[in-house]
Amino acid sequence: MNYHWNWSIFFEPAPNGTGSYLDMLLSGLVLTIETALCAWIIALVFGSVVGVLRTLPSRTASWVGFAYVEFFRNMPLLVQLFIWFFVLPELLPRSWGLWLKQMPHAPFYTAAIGIGLFMSARVAEQTRAGINSLPRGQKLAATALGLTTAQTYAYVLLPMAFRIIMPPLTSEFLSTIKNTSVAITIGLIELTGEARAMQEFSFQVFEAFTAATVLYLLVNIVVVTAMRVLERAIAVPGYITGK
Amino acid sequence: MFESFDFDVIRRSLAYLFFDGMTFTLTLTGLAALGGLIFGTLIALMRLSGLPLLGRIAGLYVDLMRSLPLVLVIFWFYFLVPYIGQWLTGSSRPVRVGAFASSLVTFVLFEAAYFAEIMRAGIQSISKGQPAAAQALGLTYSQTMRYIVLPQAFRNMVPVLLTQTIVLFQDTSLVYVLSIPDFLGAASKVAQRDGRLVEMYLFAAAVYFIISCVASFGVRQLQSRIAVMR
Amino acid sequence: MKCLGMIGLVLAACIGGHANAEELTGTLKKIKETGAVTIGYRDSSIPFSYLDDVQKPVGFAIDICYRIVDAVKHELKLDKLAIEFNPVTSSTRIPLLANGTIDLECGSTTNNADRLKQVSFTNTHFLTATRFVSKKSSNLNSIDDLKGKSVVSTSGTTNIKQLTEANAARNLGINIIPAKEHGESFLMVETDRAVAAVLDDILLASFVAGSKDPDAYVISRDAFSKPEPYGIMMRKDDPAFKKVVDGATAALYTSGEGQKLYDKWFMQKIPPKGLNLNAPISAELRHEFAVPSDSPDPDSYKAM
Repeated sequence: MNYHWNWSIFFEPAPNGTGSYLDMLLSGLVLTIETALCAWIIALVFGSVVGVLRTLPSRTASWVGFAYVEFFRNMPLLVQLFIWFFVLPELLPRSWGLWLKQMPHAPFYTAAIGIGLFMSARVAEQTRAGINSLPRGQKLAATALGLTTAQTYAYVLLPMAFRIIMPPLTSEFLSTIKNTSVAITIGLIELTGEARAMQEFSFQVFEAFTAATVLYLLVNIVVVTAMRVLERAIAVPGYITGK
Repeated sequence: MFESFDFDVIRRSLAYLFFDGMTFTLTLTGLAALGGLIFGTLIALMRLSGLPLLGRIAGLYVDLMRSLPLVLVIFWFYFLVPYIGQWLTGSSRPVRVGAFASSLVTFVLFEAAYFAEIMRAGIQSISKGQPAAAQALGLTYSQTMRYIVLPQAFRNMVPVLLTQTIVLFQDTSLVYVLSIPDFLGAASKVAQRDGRLVEMYLFAAAVYFIISCVASFGVRQLQSRIAVMR
Repeated sequence: MKCLGMIGLVLAACIGGHANAEELTGTLKKIKETGAVTIGYRDSSIPFSYLDDVQKPVGFAIDICYRIVDAVKHELKLDKLAIEFNPVTSSTRIPLLANGTIDLECGSTTNNADRLKQVSFTNTHFLTATRFVSKKSSNLNSIDDLKGKSVVSTSGTTNIKQLTEANAARNLGINIIPAKEHGESFLMVETDRAVAAVLDDILLASFVAGSKDPDAYVISRDAFSKPEPYGIMMRKDDPAFKKVVDGATAALYTSGEGQKLYDKWFMQKIPPKGLNLNAPISAELRHEFAVPSDSPDPDSYKAM
């Protein structure tokens, strides 16, 4: 392979004047994690609400939940980001659109919200599956105790359902981290974006991508380990995840 | 609010969008799903083979692919595949691989990791008694897999495999980062040339939405029919 | 001019004869064996390399590449030589050239010393400086006016590198947004996503001319760089191929055909919208056409 490897490139100064190429990649990693965390909070909040909607007895509520999930699930994430970034500001009244577009860090907010909503559809599906997997008796018992629907969800169903869906939620969180890379198309310079920029400035393609790959693997390992610890800590004794 | 829109730009570019763009997207989706399924089944068999080294390699492959963002993998392979070709063929120079072939290799190798997990679950869902019975009948391992286990695993997993294919169909839009004219790439080329981002991106979103919706509706129908049959 | 053209042709022929006597190597060998040459083109480097109304790559650099392909075909004594097109972006063009996906990159690529460590360039086909475009209404006159603003540039270009360096050196705190394509960069300004786009001034001029309201934009007088040379890009360390390509471009430029091609793309209506850029050839470029050069040094290009 006639490719000139140069692993010391990471310690050479990058043209952005803030440090070496390694610093550039690490700042990308930080942005990846920040974007992923913001998106994940949005995904959890919206996903739980919509997931609950889909299990409510009201037909309207479950239809709204269904439409929401289908809407966000049936378009590629990239297209959704384009809609939020390029299309939405043009549909709003001019002054609002201008405010949106000239907001500092617009790509960051767009990415966090866009990816958050995209992932919320998946979280909703997991939440629904978790609630539906609980024995019917729990809901009935809660009603018999005189709990309102809201109380039933808050104190009986959701605490159990979330414990059950911890493993799939872990993998959805990992997807959220990976999906932040799609935001390079709207100008967010996260880890993949910094690796691409490093490739462009230094011409060391494979070193840049290798470093990004290693960093993504590390993040993955950290998240998986942390979630396993969390799963054990909150497990209900005697239940599946309790072991 | 739509008065300043030029929906004619869509009509003028329909032929390009569908004959070039959508053809690229659908061919890529179809071939990548097929390749991913074949390669993924092999990986699943490796993982379940009981041979430690083989199982470990397959496991590492699946974990690696599933840990990486597709965008990064797309960049990796577009730049790397010609060198892999050079290495495989022992040629003196990198082998030229076009945009389509390179994307196909990328998606086959990437999706294989996901299809492998589905097929593994499918194979594990077959009761142990069946391979045992096959063995008692004197079938070899490959015969057992070919005639007994895999057909059932595949049939049980058809809805999940199809759902994954719909995800794949949406994911192919990411070749946009390489300026390859898939459906979204074609739409964005027209959009940027004519300064009509709003119209083209809304149209692209609608097309993806309708195709995915119809497809997932079909999968749900299939799922309920299978459920009845069982 | 005519005379020089003849010399160029004769030179090309001589070099050709010489190369044939030896074993073919590198790109020439590859082209001979595969019977095809792959051209890397750009989506929106108007008028150098872009897609016309039927999405076919056209432009000044594409036309130059057709001449190069003819020379290669002649050199290799082939009856047929298929031309394949592969889209590239500023970000992917160098890796795709190195890994053999494309053989010639025909676009608006700046020839500089940094890139010469990775690739090689044939004779210069244009000279252009890095400037920025903004809306007149935003009242931005100098580079320092961009302080603290959102500014877009195309990722992988010398422009974004110069912008990044200026940003660091002058401590401007500019929020740099990378776009995938030049067209996208300009659209970011048109839609007020960014206050300015930093690109080669000739590209900026063609985007402004092709925009819905050309009078609304202004291109800065302040430049991030001297006028730098554009060249067709080839793989490095391939002297036999470079000789053929250099011979073909030198013959083209010195014969007056180069000037005709220039007029076709810069002084007449061009597809897809029948735009006329009206950008007469600069004295420096006219001199360079008379004495073709592949130097990366901006200072080596002088008016006659």
